[in-house]
Amino acid sequence: MSDTVNPIPVTVLTGYLGAGKTTMLNRILSEDHGKRYAVIVNEFGEIGIDNDLIVESDEEIYEMNNGCVCCTVRGDLIRVVAGLMRRPGRFDAIVVETTGLADPAPVAQTFFMDDDVRAKTRLDAVVALVDAKHLPLRLKDSREAEDQIAFADVIVLNKTDLVDEETLDKLEATIRSINPSARIHRTQRAKVALDKILDRGAFDLQRALDADPHFLDHDDPDHLCTPECDHDHAHEHNHAHSHDHDHKHEHGVADIHDTSVQSISLRAGPVKQEHFLQWMQKITQIDGPNILRLKGIIAFENDDERYVVQGIHMLVEGDYQRPWKPDEKRESRMVFIGRDLDHEKLKRTFEACQVKQ
Amino acid sequence: MPTLAPLDLDGHCVTAAFLGSIPFFALADGDIHWLDHGHKSAQPHDGLLCASVEQSGKTLLSGGEDGKIIRTSADGASQTLADNNGKWITCVASGPHQAVGYATGRSAYVRDANGKIAEFTEQRTVEGLAFAPKGMRIAAARYNGVSLHWAAASAPPVDLEWGGAHGLVTFSPDGMYVVSSMQENALHGWRLKDGKHMRMSGYPAKVKSVSWSAKGKWLASSGAPAAIVWPFSGKDGPMGKAPLELSTRGDTMVTCVACHPTDDVVAIGYADGMILACLISDQKEALLRRGGKGPISSLNWSRVSAQLAFGSESGDCGIIDLVG
Repeated sequence: MSDTVNPIPVTVLTGYLGAGKTTMLNRILSEDHGKRYAVIVNEFGEIGIDNDLIVESDEEIYEMNNGCVCCTVRGDLIRVVAGLMRRPGRFDAIVVETTGLADPAPVAQTFFMDDDVRAKTRLDAVVALVDAKHLPLRLKDSREAEDQIAFADVIVLNKTDLVDEETLDKLEATIRSINPSARIHRTQRAKVALDKILDRGAFDLQRALDADPHFLDHDDPDHLCTPECDHDHAHEHNHAHSHDHDHKHEHGVADIHDTSVQSISLRAGPVKQEHFLQWMQKITQIDGPNILRLKGIIAFENDDERYVVQGIHMLVEGDYQRPWKPDEKRESRMVFIGRDLDHEKLKRTFEACQVKQ
Repeated sequence: MPTLAPLDLDGHCVTAAFLGSIPFFALADGDIHWLDHGHKSAQPHDGLLCASVEQSGKTLLSGGEDGKIIRTSADGASQTLADNNGKWITCVASGPHQAVGYATGRSAYVRDANGKIAEFTEQRTVEGLAFAPKGMRIAAARYNGVSLHWAAASAPPVDLEWGGAHGLVTFSPDGMYVVSSMQENALHGWRLKDGKHMRMSGYPAKVKSVSWSAKGKWLASSGAPAAIVWPFSGKDGPMGKAPLELSTRGDTMVTCVACHPTDDVVAIGYADGMILACLISDQKEALLRRGGKGPISSLNWSRVSAQLAFGSESGDCGIIDLVG
C-alpha cells in the first residue's frame, strides 16, 4: 500500500475506557524491545511517561466530498503523521490510540485514502483491547464496542483473572461470532507479548493471509463453527436464519450478546476474474456502508497465482499473492464482517462468478 | 546565467526564505540555519512545524512541537512570543503592525505588538490562518469552511461555508477573495463582497503551495505536473476561465510555487528537486536547478535582489542567483 521502500508501520489500538490501553501503551513506551515508538494519544495526562514522541491529538472525522458517507478519514492524523514523518529518524513505528467511543474505520481509512499518509506509512494492524469482566455489558450498551471487535485483526482479551474459565470460553465464542478471523490473546494486566500485537502486517496483502494459513479453515484451532460455515449442516442453517442475525444461538452464547454485527463466510470454486472484480466493485458500492471488513483468497480461472483482497467499507484492494501450491485446493473464499448484510444475496452473487462446470 | 550556491543540511526544510538580504533555512528538527558571512545556526525549537517571514520582511515567525511561537531576527536572535505548553502549533501567520497569528487544536490566537493575546475558538481544528491585507482581520480554515474574525473586536465571525476539510488559506492581495486548499485535491474560493463560490478543481494531488503574483493578477498553485495558475484580474476572478498550466512535466509533480514579488514570473519546484522559473506572459522557462535528493518543500524570493532561496524534504537547500 505504499510507494516508499521503508514505510513506517502504524498500529491502531482501540478499546473501551478501562480495557487496559494505557497499561499497554506504557509497556510499548518503556519496555526494552529495541524499537522506538511514536504514540498518538487523545490526552497526555493518562500516560505517566515523559517522552517527546507522545503527541496529543483530538480525534477529528472528516467526510470526503465524494458523496460516500463511509469515506471518512481522521483529519488530525493526516496532520500529525505528516509532522512526525518530517523527522523520520526518531522512531521506527507509530501507535495510534483511539478513544473508547471511536469508530475504527476512519482511522484505518486514513492510511489508504490520504496520499501523503499512504506514501510514508503503512497500516500494520488494528488491535482491540477488551476487558473480560465488562465486555458483555459493553456489547449491550454500545455499538462501538462491537465495531471495535469486528474491525480488529488482533483482539487482546484482558483482565482474564476477573472471570472464570467458562465465562472466558463464552466470551471468546462471542468474539468469534462477531469476528471469525481475528487472533485472540488472553491476558492479564495487558501482558501480551508485544510481538503478538506489533508488526503483524495484517493489512499487507502479501503477509496478511499467509500469517493466517487457516483463513476460513475449519481445522484451525481458533476456529469456531458458525452457521455461516460451509459445513454439511450449513445450508439448513442458512435457510433458516439467513435474515436473522442471531447466529450464536446455536452456540449458547446468546446470554452474553445480541450481535448486530454478523460475519458471513463464503466459499466457491475458481471464479472468472472479470466477473469477480465487477462483483466486488458492485457489492462494495452498494453495501459498503454496512461492510466493516472484508477479506478473501480468490482462485481465478486459468490462473496459477492466488489473488487476495481486503477492504474497509467501500475501499478495496487486491493483488496477486503467490502461486498456488500443487497440493492446495483451488477455491475462492471470502469473509464479510458487517451489519444488515444479505447473506443469501452475497452467496448467490458470489457463486454466480464461478466458472461454469 | 543563474548560479546556484548549495547548502546541504540534514533534515526536512520547512521554510527557506530571506530576512532582508540574509537567507534563512528552518528545519523540521527545530534548527534554523542562515548564511551571513558564513554558515550559522541556532535551535529555537525542539521540532519545528511551521514558519514564515513576517510582513516586515525582517523577522521569521515559527511554531513548534514544543508549543512555542518564536520570532527570529536577521542576526539570529530569537524571542519567544507565546508558549502553548507542548501542544503542536498547526500554523502561523504574520499580520500588520507586528501582529502574529497562530493556531493549535481548535483555537486560533492573535498576538498584537504589545503582547496582548486574543483567542478565537472554532468548532473544528484550525488548519490554516491568514491575515487580510487591510485591517486586523484573520481567516481561519477549518472543516466545512473558513471563518473570518476581526482581531480587535468582539463581533461574531463571518463564516464562509463549503463542505469538506480546508487546509491552507490565503487572501488575495486586494482583499477581494479568500481561497483555501481542500483535502479533495481542489482549491475553493469566495468573493467576499457577495460570498460567491469559486471551485477550482481537477488537481491530481493535494494543493500544498499557493502564491499570488504581483498585484494579485494570478494565483499559482502546486498539486499537478504543472504549475496551475488561475487568472484573478477580471471581476469574476477565475470563474468560467481555464487556468494556465506552466512548465508541464510528464513524470513528476509540482510541489512548490513562488511568484516573484514584482514581475510576473513563477519559480516552480518539483518532486525530484528540479526548479524552473517561468514567465506567465509567454510561458518561457529557465532551468534553475536540475534536480536533487528530494521534493522541493519551500521556495521564496528575496525582496531586495534577484535571488531565490530553496529547501527540500531531504535537506539539500541553497540559493539561486538569477543574475549570476
